[in-house]
Amino acid sequence: MLDCTPKEIVERSGGVINPAKACQPLGAMYAALGIHSCLPHSHGSQGCCSYHRSHLTRHFREPVMATTSSFTEGASVFGGGSNLRTAIKNVFAIYNPDVMAVHTTCLSETIGDDIPTIIKSAEIPAGKVVIYAHTPSYQGSHVTGFCNMVKAMIAQLSRADTNEKEEQVNIIPGFVDPGDMREIKRLTGKMGIKFIIFPDTAGVMDSPMTGRFHMYPAGGALVDDIREAGNSAMTVALGYYASGSPAHLLERNCRVPAITLKTPIGIKATDDFLMRLRGKFAREIPYELEEERGQLVDVMTDTHYHFYGKKVALFGDPDILIGLTEFLLSLGMRPVHVLTGTPSGTPGGPKGVFEREINEMLAVAGVESRVKAAGDLFELHQWIKNEPVDLLMGNTYGKYIARAEDIPFVRVGFPILDRSAHSYLPIVGYRGALRLVEMISNALLDRQDRDAADEDLELIM
Amino acid sequence: MNVSEKVLEDILNKYPTKVKRNRKKHILIRDPDQDRQEIEANTRSIPGVVTNRGCAFAGCKGVVLGPLKDIVNIVHGPVGCGYYSWLTRRNKARTDQPNKNFLAYCVSTDMQESDIVFGGEKKLARLIDEVVEILKPNAITISATCPVGLIGDDIQAVARAARTKHDLNITAYSCEGYKGVSQSAGHHIANNGLMEKIVGEGEMEEPPGKYTINILGEYNIGGDGWELERVLTDIGYHIQAVMTGNGSYEKLKNAHVAQLNLVQCHRSINYIADMLQVKYGTPWLKVNFIGIRSTVESLRNIAKYFGDESLTARTEKVIERELAEIEPQLEPYRKICSGKTAFCFVGGSRGHHYQGLYEELGVTTVLAGYEFAHRDDYEGRRVLPHLKPDADSKNIPELHITPDENRYRLKISPQRLQALKQEIPLNYYKGMIEDMNEGTIIVDDLNHYETEEFIKALKPDIFSSSIKDKYITQKMGIPSKQLHNYDYSGPYAGFRGAVNFARDVAMCFATPTLNYITPPWKGKPLLEGAVGPRSSDPGIKEE
Repeated sequence: MLDCTPKEIVERSGGVINPAKACQPLGAMYAALGIHSCLPHSHGSQGCCSYHRSHLTRHFREPVMATTSSFTEGASVFGGGSNLRTAIKNVFAIYNPDVMAVHTTCLSETIGDDIPTIIKSAEIPAGKVVIYAHTPSYQGSHVTGFCNMVKAMIAQLSRADTNEKEEQVNIIPGFVDPGDMREIKRLTGKMGIKFIIFPDTAGVMDSPMTGRFHMYPAGGALVDDIREAGNSAMTVALGYYASGSPAHLLERNCRVPAITLKTPIGIKATDDFLMRLRGKFAREIPYELEEERGQLVDVMTDTHYHFYGKKVALFGDPDILIGLTEFLLSLGMRPVHVLTGTPSGTPGGPKGVFEREINEMLAVAGVESRVKAAGDLFELHQWIKNEPVDLLMGNTYGKYIARAEDIPFVRVGFPILDRSAHSYLPIVGYRGALRLVEMISNALLDRQDRDAADEDLELIM
Repeated sequence: MNVSEKVLEDILNKYPTKVKRNRKKHILIRDPDQDRQEIEANTRSIPGVVTNRGCAFAGCKGVVLGPLKDIVNIVHGPVGCGYYSWLTRRNKARTDQPNKNFLAYCVSTDMQESDIVFGGEKKLARLIDEVVEILKPNAITISATCPVGLIGDDIQAVARAARTKHDLNITAYSCEGYKGVSQSAGHHIANNGLMEKIVGEGEMEEPPGKYTINILGEYNIGGDGWELERVLTDIGYHIQAVMTGNGSYEKLKNAHVAQLNLVQCHRSINYIADMLQVKYGTPWLKVNFIGIRSTVESLRNIAKYFGDESLTARTEKVIERELAEIEPQLEPYRKICSGKTAFCFVGGSRGHHYQGLYEELGVTTVLAGYEFAHRDDYEGRRVLPHLKPDADSKNIPELHITPDENRYRLKISPQRLQALKQEIPLNYYKGMIEDMNEGTIIVDDLNHYETEEFIKALKPDIFSSSIKDKYITQKMGIPSKQLHNYDYSGPYAGFRGAVNFARDVAMCFATPTLNYITPPWKGKPLLEGAVGPRSSDPGIKEE
């Protein structure tokens, strides 16, 4: 497995080998699915839309409906305006969504299609909305695309109607699974705070089996709610890369104060999230959540010896890694290799936050580590060859490295293409942290059991 | 249950006028009384209809080049295209040289904005150098993505320079996603490149085996190719090259020595088969290794071509042995599948091929179609002289092949070839339509709206298509079988593959999970025994 990867690391600058990121339009499509009754539209060649639908479908095992401008060579030369206008007309005539969310591709960005002007000249039925986001594939990653589509929602839908702000919080959950969005909603709900969450793929990308197909499932953020977000007292952005700049855009446009927090993975980030809500809305944290927290600390303490001092390599999306690194450190583990494919600085987004956040946490914990943004899995694999680890954590692509190096592997993040049910269950909040503890200990202890001599096989561990 | 012209008209009436006019030409109700039924295919999809189609890049790098195991396939473009075509197609490969198997590697120039503005040729050249130095492949291909053609990067020139610099077979494929109307354009671009720059590069002059064949259009999805190889090798054939499943540069460069080319996927490779005949004199035979009868027939046809008594006898012996092995295994699955109906919408050949296998399980195909096929795949090659090139097909360069001065060999006499053509599909494919039953539906480039409508009208028991529509039909409670990637199972080809397919399809019907869709409280009174169902409550019956 991966026998062509040498241990010796040679400096490379020609591109990536085994990427740890996808391109912007994928994230934009996922974000758009978090609006109720929204049909995402890919303004590019057919292949983009087909690839994104396939990829999202493989992770969620759910229908992913989206349309494409089906660029041909002619459209690439003369512009895609006519294709987009045709698409808008057909989408509303045949599929009748409430919202159509257009995102661009490297093709339409390279030729410079003027999307707002094209949309203005299109036939849009009364009461229907078309929003658009620029998502050039040659900048950032799928996380950037998610972020840009959320910004589009805010820029084109959110309004401040009054100077008085409502006692309600906006939550931008970031590029996480519907199971995580449900958990974030549950936590906020338990705090007794009125909230608006968008995008919200819960009920869309984890819809139940009823024997009927619904092109637009029951879930998703309502356009009216995204509009109303301009009147909220605060926006909590979860994740610097997926959610930070949208929250600040809303602050600029509608004067809704914004704070950006870590994706609430693990005990500390969840504490921070709840403390911010508590502070702003003067609501005491209910016993039920305190109990969940206590249960988590109980399990972490009971089994600290499963985790303490274990070396971990982790890769994935920057927001997830920041939260995950913090949690692994709180278990006493040592994240010695941390790598994301997403560049650390993106246009209009954070710059250097990934390395800074992680390095600060590592410094406090006294763990020496390699941390890299805009890296690839070829390099991560070489790092592991040079400094072996006890555990690998990341998306499904990690299984090849795990096999090559015979390392226990925990699937976390996006995409997970070879296991199921993950998108229904959270990794955020105290409950999500408990789930992570279970996944990590299963992986480590299954390995210990597998490798144990007969006389060393332990009944109780 | 059949769809009448009236029902079809009702379905189409929801479309805007232009869409209706277009789509009507892509849908047929099979009528065997008509000598020829025409269908429109290989034309543009309409923006906004939710097509299942992909692009030229997907066809070139994803389908044709991707499976070549000892080659590093570089994708020149932003990261997405390389990423999405990385390990997603299930074209398997194994090798006794593990350090020459690059299937698990995705190599992309990962173009950034500055590369779009200032050009990406230098970065591409650097990446080639790095790949040669670090990965040491037997050859390199470069596939273009959309922006490459738009900004004018000359990948052919970069490839030529690198070829000289590294003394390595390095080829470039201008398969930008906007070319053509579907993946099909990319198959063509890829195959042209392989034909022009790789086949014939090898030193071999004579076939290494007594009966040397190539298999064209077999991509080893789920190990299909290995099952064919098992049987063909057992009969006594030497497989020189496979295009391209489990294929390699090392094998492909000597593909010119084969005495016969088998064509499994007509859509993706028929023109190469023609070119190989013109250039090297090798005839091609349309085979179909999906389904038991068609596998048997294909094996017999190959034997007929070689016309050797001992080969024919060995073929019959192997067929007998294989049938004896699989028939008892199939029986329990047939009991489960028998009497069911299916939709069969796949890419370019399987939409036809799988109908036979379904039939052998007692499953009737009531709707079939292709995602990216051409008219000859529906109507048969007899339609070829009537096809006119359009603006989109003209964008795909045509190779003009002439007989190779040194390597052209007559494999069989022209008289014998003519005689054989009467018996076996040499250089011929009859297409899908002829095999379909009266009243069945044939749809080209089936879209989401039509999928839903035809399911409502025909209520199939199983839907076989791709990952994109799989969960749509499953939400309706209709099992779905992916025929692009076999739902991570396989092989489905050949004899043992038929058993795997039967097992998997039977599993779709037999799984208990679909019995739980309706919660037990639906339609049940809240207070059992205390209050009886009210007569005004529809749907509630006393037990």
